[in-house]
Amino acid sequence: MSNKSKNFFKGIKDTSPLMIPVIPFGIIFGVLAIDLGLTPLMTIAMSIIIFGGASQIIFLQLFSAGASSLVILSSVGAVNSRHLLYGTVLSEHLSDLNLTWKIIVSYLLVDQAFAVSNDHFKKNREDKDKYFHLIGGGLNCWTIWQITTIIGIYLGSIIPEKLGLTFAIPLTFLALLVNDFRKLINVIVIIVSGSIATLGYQIIPFKAYVIVAAAISLLIAFILTKFTKKNNE
Amino acid sequence: MSNLALIIYCGLITFLTRFSMIALLKKEMFNDRIREVLSYVPSAIFPAIIFPAIFLDNAGSIEIENNPKILAAIIAMAVGIFTRNIIATIFSGLASYWFIIFIV
Repeated sequence: MSNKSKNFFKGIKDTSPLMIPVIPFGIIFGVLAIDLGLTPLMTIAMSIIIFGGASQIIFLQLFSAGASSLVILSSVGAVNSRHLLYGTVLSEHLSDLNLTWKIIVSYLLVDQAFAVSNDHFKKNREDKDKYFHLIGGGLNCWTIWQITTIIGIYLGSIIPEKLGLTFAIPLTFLALLVNDFRKLINVIVIIVSGSIATLGYQIIPFKAYVIVAAAISLLIAFILTKFTKKNNE
Repeated sequence: MSNLALIIYCGLITFLTRFSMIALLKKEMFNDRIREVLSYVPSAIFPAIIFPAIFLDNAGSIEIENNPKILAAIIAMAVGIFTRNIIATIFSGLASYWFIIFIV
């Protein structure tokens, strides 16, 4: 097997456990879109063109509430601003790629793929084919997302709402943080970010609470790491 | 604006947030200090998704009492720290959530 395929399949393998909650999420999106009066074609177009669970759900919520196009666009932008940070973190490993590959990789840069490829890239700095890990992981998410959107559209609510499967979404992100709960600075950053997001949810406009919380807690990480360095010197 | 145009614009915004930094930044711009701070990005972003989904109700108000998600999330976290296993973390959280709402 070539090095590229090895990376590609490793990406699929690493993202697979994270796909379990994506299945009900995709189905719920499909069901919701049809309930709110979007055509099946429009719903599928949305999953292909936007390809972002949080953005698509926000879109539906605001669309059904009769929000203006401007509010929808700015909210989708705010929800997506976290990708600026994902891009910043990964760009170091991707800057040698040509434009076409950068475009393909960017289209596939979803939370789950970011999380596992970020770890993989750090451990395999010297491997020039490592970006295939992100492509494998991203395509895995893409395929599951498109299939479950279609299942949601045509099979409707096969998942009883009472099961509360939306709870699987925060659990996925929790699972991605387990290694960080052992480190003090990470724990501080986690608590600050979570508290700001929860308290700011209603107050911060355009659903920008995620990026506001992330920016403030990164600043705190910046200060704390500087402080611990000085102590060690 | 037609629905399709709106979807295309939203897709464009989503793509640009993913693409811009990858297109603009060069690896020469990175040093150990920047890498160190950037290593906190997951810890800075994921809780902002996790906490509101656990502590807020459907209307967006903070709900502490009678909220089975809090205990379920704590159990999932404990299992996660102990096993370091993604599937075990997700399933222990869901299982304890169902146990609390359907059985207790």
